[in-house]
Amino acid sequence: MQKNYVIFKIPSLSVNESFARAAVAAFCSILNPTISEINDIKTAVSEAVTNAVIHGYENTVGEIEVSCRIKGQTVEVIIEDFGCGILDVEKAKEPLYTTKPELERSGMGFAVMESYMDEVVVLSEKDVGTKVIMRKKISEK
Amino acid sequence: MNLEFIESGQALTIRLKGELDHHSADESRILIDEKIKKEKFNKLIIDFKNLDFIDSSGIGFVIGRYKVIRKRNGVIEIINANAKVRKILDMSGIGKIIEIK
Repeated sequence: MQKNYVIFKIPSLSVNESFARAAVAAFCSILNPTISEINDIKTAVSEAVTNAVIHGYENTVGEIEVSCRIKGQTVEVIIEDFGCGILDVEKAKEPLYTTKPELERSGMGFAVMESYMDEVVVLSEKDVGTKVIMRKKISEK
Repeated sequence: MNLEFIESGQALTIRLKGELDHHSADESRILIDEKIKKEKFNKLIIDFKNLDFIDSSGIGFVIGRYKVIRKRNGVIEIINANAKVRKILDMSGIGKIIEIK
C-alpha cells in the first residue's frame, strides 16, 4: 500500500501554532475521523508545537518540522525542533511540572498528548533538539 | 481569538470566540487583567460558548485569571463549556477550585 504523508517546516513563532494543528487536522481528514478524534489530534499537535516554541527555542526563533504519515488507519505525527533539548524527559512528562510557571504554563502538555493520543514517544538531547512522535488509530466507520 | 466584555455591576463576563492557545492567551491576558484592575471587578465569568479550540495553554490562562481575581478577593466561574472544553477542564482538575456551569 502506498504511504501518504505531508512534511512542512515553520519558524517557531506562536502565531504558527494554529496553522500547524489545522494543517495536520486537514491532512488526517482523508481517514474520515470523528470530530472528537480530530480534536484530539489537533490538541496534541498544539501541545507539542507550543512546547517547541516556548521551551525548545525559548526567546529565539528556530525551525519546527512537522511531519504526518498515514499507515492504514493510523496517523503518525512527528514534531521536531532543533533547540535546547529537554534535560529530564521523565520529569517534563509529570503532570503539572513546568519550568516556566511565570508564563502561566500549566505543566499539562505531555499529559494531554499522552491522554489524547494512543502512543507518545519523546526523544531529546541537550543542544540538539527534541522529537515528539505521536500515533493514533482512527476508528473505521 | 476575539474577546467580548459584558459588564454588570462588579461582575465582568468575558465571551471568548475562536481558539484559545498559547498565542491567543498571551495576547488576551494583558487586556483582561488591565480591565479587571482598572475597573475594580470582583467577579469574573468566562463564557466558553463560542470557543472552537482549547489546549493546556487555555488551562494556564484560566488559572492565571483565577490568581488575579483571588488577589482582589473576587470569584471566578466558567459557563457554557462544551464537550471539547469540558474534556480538558476535567483532565486538569480545575473544577476543584473554579465553578464550572
